Amino acid sequence: MTDNPLKQANRKLTRQLWVFAFGFFVFGFALVPLYSVLCDITGYGDRTQLGKASAFSVAEASNREVTLEFISAAPTVGEWEFRPEAGNMKIRPGRLYEAKFYARNLRSQPVIAQAIPSIAPLQATQYFHKTECFCFTPQPFDADQTRELTVRFIVDPKLPVNIDRLTLAYSMYDAATQTAQAAPVTPGA
Amino acid sequence: MSTAHTHSAPHTTGHAHDAHDHHGPEKGWKRWVFATNHKDIGTMYMLFSLLMFFIGGSMAMIIRAELFQPGLQLVDPQFFNSMTTMHALIMIFGAVMPAFVGLANWMIPLQVGAPDMALPRMNNFSFWILPFAFSLLLATLFVPGGAPAGGWTMYPPLSQQNGTSFPMLIFAVHLMGASSIMGAINVVVTIMNMRAPGMSLLKMPLFVWTWLITAYLLVAVMPVLAGAVTMLLTDHYFGTTFFEAAGGGDPVMFQHIFWFFGHPEVYIMILPAFGIVSEIIPTFSRKPLFGYDAMVYATASIAFLSFIVWAHHMFTVGMPLAGQMFFMLATMLISVPTGVKVFNWTATMFKGSISFEPPMLFALSFLFLFTIGGFSGLMLAIVPADFQYHDTYFVVAHFHYVLVPGAVFAIMAGVYYWLPKWTGHMYSIKLAKVHFWVSTIFVNVLFFPQHFLGLAGMPRRIPDYSTQFADWNMVSSIGAFGFGLSQLLFAYIVISAIRGGVKASDKVWDSGTPQGLEWTLSSPPPYHSFELPPEVK
Repeated sequence: MTDNPLKQANRKLTRQLWVFAFGFFVFGFALVPLYSVLCDITGYGDRTQLGKASAFSVAEASNREVTLEFISAAPTVGEWEFRPEAGNMKIRPGRLYEAKFYARNLRSQPVIAQAIPSIAPLQATQYFHKTECFCFTPQPFDADQTRELTVRFIVDPKLPVNIDRLTLAYSMYDAATQTAQAAPVTPGA
Repeated sequence: MSTAHTHSAPHTTGHAHDAHDHHGPEKGWKRWVFATNHKDIGTMYMLFSLLMFFIGGSMAMIIRAELFQPGLQLVDPQFFNSMTTMHALIMIFGAVMPAFVGLANWMIPLQVGAPDMALPRMNNFSFWILPFAFSLLLATLFVPGGAPAGGWTMYPPLSQQNGTSFPMLIFAVHLMGASSIMGAINVVVTIMNMRAPGMSLLKMPLFVWTWLITAYLLVAVMPVLAGAVTMLLTDHYFGTTFFEAAGGGDPVMFQHIFWFFGHPEVYIMILPAFGIVSEIIPTFSRKPLFGYDAMVYATASIAFLSFIVWAHHMFTVGMPLAGQMFFMLATMLISVPTGVKVFNWTATMFKGSISFEPPMLFALSFLFLFTIGGFSGLMLAIVPADFQYHDTYFVVAHFHYVLVPGAVFAIMAGVYYWLPKWTGHMYSIKLAKVHFWVSTIFVNVLFFPQHFLGLAGMPRRIPDYSTQFADWNMVSSIGAFGFGLSQLLFAYIVISAIRGGVKASDKVWDSGTPQGLEWTLSSPPPYHSFELPPEVK
């Protein structure tokens, strides 16, 4: 069997397909920088913006006043007393404020609590910046202890003009009770 | 044309062909180990796939047995996770893909009128890699740390933290990938260069068309998977940081690269199924396929779209709104060509004279149940809904509907359609119908309740669950045991037909209208068929 035209054609196409396959192998690696380039061009997933958000500073909007309402909820009845210091406050976008909540552990054992925040309306969420919040970390409570909890925040002046009322709500949950913490975790059945 | 294994000139040509230098198969083990005949290699692929189907199926039985009741009864959670991971890898790479490659080996040369595959030695190599790949993969069950348990998607860093099995998994995937690429190259070269004179591209049977497109998908994306797992390997052993945040990498990057492979991969597992069904429905409807050209273009469109929808597998990683919108709309766009296909199959049957032989029953079941899987896919494509469904049993129900009554039923339909052609023996139609009904009933008992579980919030890949999920899990497990057991009947039917049975005629389905060159050959076809190419008008 010498090389007839069909065999030659088969070899040629096979070679081309191997090159094609190898090209896609290289392309798999090329996807790593390609995704970064794509994100740089389009600004998607831009990490520099995350940096900006954490170093937030803007000029105060002097001519605008927004009402901020506070809501507190403790879904498990009888375990927490949890309320804001004030029902609402008037704020100017761009200025740093501080608000206080009071929480009391109603049980006779130490508990670690976790507060979950929520902003309404949803469109305002990205303009509400908490610089410090008791919801960032679990909060330890002794038996029957009352504590003052603090949140500091700035509302971005870029907040859409149609929004003049924001609601900041917290729900208080048990992260772990001391007894549960002490229980060893056994892997396997 | 008395037996398969004596040399005889192809049925169609009618030429007295001087070919005494060609022989029948070798005797004994050499026939299989040194096989270069497309029929032998096709048979080995199919039998390998059947074996893997039962190994992967046994793992599914372990999963469903553990999930029969809430609580941990049978296996420990690590082993459970190994079972979900291994079940997926074995079913995808060991059962479904080799079954399609086996069908391609058997049928493409017969359907395009070629004497064999274009590259017979590479064909041998691509098959014989597989037993090594899967021995390596299955050996992980016995190494310290157990088999891979981080999910078949191999997301870092979890997949890298499983001990000894990790490099074995990576090398097994490399081998499977190499096998698939070689198989795909062989298919492309055969189809492009070996067609009988007169068979233009738009005269090819649809099974050949769908395989041509599938082969291009394989050659494009299997190397990307190879690249992705190579990066996992170098991250773990050679200090690169493609996916390690500590070195400036990004674990989400792996998901992007993986699903760039992974989404075309799901079409690799369904396009040949479309081809099989497009052969069977016209035969038993006694009408030509409705809209042949539209079928070809729809297949090509689906293949193209499969490259630009990968991120719908990972909506929840945090994507810009524009990205979510793009991937949602592109994904929903796939339902257009898929809808064309479903419409055309239905239109083929419309006013047809339909009969319900086993291949047709499986094809019809495919048509109904695959479409259900398509609808749940549309639900998952909707971004706000996907956040709810993501990683729940709803996803499990969706992809099992498209893969089991989708791909697997189409493979079974194909086997029931062509088995008499391959073996020369008609199998027991009665038993095959029993197999059809128990499979179709149990597959729905098995997977339909998983929709409910997912919508109710049951997460996937967990060995234990909250008690409110108990009832439907028990129903699903009963369906699983029924479905698993009924496949033993399938194995029995196939093996009986290989060993003997009523002689099948050349056209096999004489009452139907089977089209294509394979029916011009004897049943079974001669060991070397179409040594002189047939004329196609």
